[in-house]
Amino acid sequence: MPSLNDYLLVSGLLFSIGLAGVVLRRNIIIVFMCLELMLSAANLTLVAFSRFNVKNGLPDYDGQMLVFFVITVAAAEVAVGLAIIVALYRARQTIHTDELVSLKG
Amino acid sequence: MAETLGKSQGSDTIFPQSLIPQSPMPSYLFWLFSTIMLIGAVAVIAFRNPVSSALAMVTSFVGLAALFIGLSAFFVGVIQILVYSGAIMVLFLFIIMLLDLKDEKRRTESYLPLVAGLSLVGIFFVQLVGVLSNKLPNQIAPVLDKAALAAAAGDFKEGTKIHLALKDGHLPDVHLIGHTLFTEYNLPLQILGVLLLVATVGVVVLSKRQTN
Repeated sequence: MPSLNDYLLVSGLLFSIGLAGVVLRRNIIIVFMCLELMLSAANLTLVAFSRFNVKNGLPDYDGQMLVFFVITVAAAEVAVGLAIIVALYRARQTIHTDELVSLKG
Repeated sequence: MAETLGKSQGSDTIFPQSLIPQSPMPSYLFWLFSTIMLIGAVAVIAFRNPVSSALAMVTSFVGLAALFIGLSAFFVGVIQILVYSGAIMVLFLFIIMLLDLKDEKRRTESYLPLVAGLSLVGIFFVQLVGVLSNKLPNQIAPVLDKAALAAAAGDFKEGTKIHLALKDGHLPDVHLIGHTLFTEYNLPLQILGVLLLVATVGVVVLSKRQTN
């Protein structure tokens, strides 16, 4: 049986991979996907804690409620973010982060 | 696990016996799905073509959903497949094809982002090792066997579906989540509805073509 540490290790690795992608990639859509990976890593941690913290004979459903809310907010965030990307592409004809420097001081 | 699944319960059960595994996931399945998930995640970063990245992300999320189901979080696992691998991924592919992107060019100059990224991952890894070397409580998942679930049935009103299922020794995951959502988390749920409305209006405004 996998222990709680195994779940934390795997979700930490997933988060690190997502973070590395956000820093390394320049295509803003891929950066966005890596953000989703990081959110999912947090979800895995929450569900693991919920399962390992049994209250009154049942898993602690507060953790799973938080996962539910995170998934919903992430869906809304993706919709708005992709609309912003489309508007950005219309204005600049590029979505590469190193060509979008107009906010640079 | 197989023997508990095979036993027939009685004629008054409301859930099919074979659908509800209650023991924790076996180790080999855990590592199999974790590997699928992590390889998918690495592939998201490694592929140059955004469409390949999107498909690699689906693989990663399917592995993650399997891990959720192994943690007895059936509802979250199903939602993960429906929302992420279904809706969000179609949205990503739609936008990628709409913008008709070229493959990203290979980076030639500036190794600073690479160094920054690797050092961030290193810091996280050191922190992870630090956390994991501490002893955490409940190293092994508590078993949700028939006796434990039947004991939990007392907290719910007699005659409800949750009560009946728990007394039978099943975990009515979706019912329990619905119960928690509409009692303890009712206000956040309403706020979430407003948030989704705002997001819908925002998307329409953002993607409307500017006329002036």
